[in-house]
Amino acid sequence: MATDTAEPAASEEIKPIPVRHPGRWVAIGILAFLGIALGNSMASNSRFQWGVIRHFLFDDRILRGVVVTIELTLSAMAIGIALGVLLAVMRLSPNPIVASVSWVYIWLFRGTPVLVQILLWYNIAALYPRFSLGIPFGPTFAHFSAASVITPFVAGMLALGLNEGAYMAEIVRAGIVSVPEGQTQAAQSLGMTRLLTMRRIVLPQAMRVIIPPTGNETISMLKTTSLVSVIALSPPELLYAAQLIYFVNYRVIQLLLVACIWYLVLTTIATIGQYYVERHYARGASRELPDTPLQRLRRNLFTRRPATQEIAEASGERR
Amino acid sequence: MSPPMVKAEAVRKRFGRLEVLKGVSLEVEAGEVVCMIGPSGSGKSTFLRCINHLEKIDAGRLSVDGDLVGYHQVGDKIYEQRDAEVCRDRSEIGMVFQQFNLFGHMTALQNVIEAPVHVRKVPKKQAIAAAKVLLERVGLGHRLDNYPSQLSGGEQQRVAIARALAMGPKLMLFDEPTSALDPELVGEVLEVMKSLAFDFKTTMIVVTHEMGFAREAADRVLMMDDGKIIEEGPPEHFFTAPREERTKQFLSAIL
Repeated sequence: MATDTAEPAASEEIKPIPVRHPGRWVAIGILAFLGIALGNSMASNSRFQWGVIRHFLFDDRILRGVVVTIELTLSAMAIGIALGVLLAVMRLSPNPIVASVSWVYIWLFRGTPVLVQILLWYNIAALYPRFSLGIPFGPTFAHFSAASVITPFVAGMLALGLNEGAYMAEIVRAGIVSVPEGQTQAAQSLGMTRLLTMRRIVLPQAMRVIIPPTGNETISMLKTTSLVSVIALSPPELLYAAQLIYFVNYRVIQLLLVACIWYLVLTTIATIGQYYVERHYARGASRELPDTPLQRLRRNLFTRRPATQEIAEASGERR
Repeated sequence: MSPPMVKAEAVRKRFGRLEVLKGVSLEVEAGEVVCMIGPSGSGKSTFLRCINHLEKIDAGRLSVDGDLVGYHQVGDKIYEQRDAEVCRDRSEIGMVFQQFNLFGHMTALQNVIEAPVHVRKVPKKQAIAAAKVLLERVGLGHRLDNYPSQLSGGEQQRVAIARALAMGPKLMLFDEPTSALDPELVGEVLEVMKSLAFDFKTTMIVVTHEMGFAREAADRVLMMDDGKIIEEGPPEHFFTAPREERTKQFLSAIL
């Protein structure tokens, strides 16, 4: 790029004979053999009962379970992210009481197993059989029974969301402290308040650090929702939906594999989504964004050029 | 007579055990350009940051345009200002940093309109029009939509100056504005600053080691050492007959 400014005409292109890598071919051979052996054993082992798996993969009850799993994940993550931002900002507050309340929350919810929290929320009626809305020690406006408000779905959503809030708080806090001090000072010197600085300057830049682990948390949450199967949701989420079927027909392995396939589909979609969200928040951080895999594929498919030029292009300037 | 733009009386500031300002007194009149020189750690930057209350002073009095910085006085009682009041006062003082501190997630134009739109509540269209004029004035009319990472250091610093000017400040503070720049980029930033001094009669306090700039644009030069102003005078004084031994040493090291 920069080096060939002197006399481009005089410099001769290098066309070397590439180094051979026989070791790579050996490794490929071994892996291919193992892969074929595994595939063969899975295909020929009639106990897998692939037909059963295929039959239940798009069963209505399973599909409804997939939808409930997505609903649980999204609502729990929404609670978790909102709570996480709040707790992180509280944690960094100059008010020591506010900061320590945040610390205690994180200590409590991160320090106890999420499965136990799910069971506790499910059984909250034992502690508070009735809720009432009103002024403390004053008149009340409305009464609810715990059983009607805290349905199993709400118990699961609350348990997962409140637990997630503790983890998200740490992620958001790491993002906030990653933004250089100078950004805050510049904002302050322009007369921006603490809140405005946080909202307009710090949080948007913290996103670049916050997004990747949040994607991980979302993927992790998709799988963690399976714990909610212990409190008998209705309609059931994915794992419990599979369980309800195998309680009747005893095809335990087949239905667990069906659940696995759907969990994989969901996490794959979430992974792709994460890639694009990360890209969005990377703007301004690097001079030019690299092509997405799709753009690269399209470019390779639809533009033809001599091979050497392509190599030069790939290693040198883009576009 | 109108009060001086900046008036400091025996200002002291300590960080823990370290006393950084040991009684700084200074008056800057409206329209004046004052350069501060001195070795690193002598308190120049700290003093600048005290003027817009990025740092709190511990003793003495510091006022801008007749009003105490960060406090207000009723009778003989001094009250701490509320956050909103501090912010309002800061919005009238522009500051330019050594490390530019442009908002990384915003384009040059967005950087400049941010404070007018969100602090002053200027309508966005009007802010954009004003920002374009300012960016044109610092020679960056063609760089409106570039992010800071796509700009050179000199361009970033000029955007930072435009960003500060967008609030129509009555006082501009420059904290070593050219120290982080490649030598060949220093000139373009100094040109913009000179134009502020000559064409717009902006009141400026500039912490800098650019003696060429001081000679051309400054009305007064102050030499700081160990938390105090040890010598002051017109720029020629420092080139021809510096009085203090410490000043002579320092000048011979940087010139």
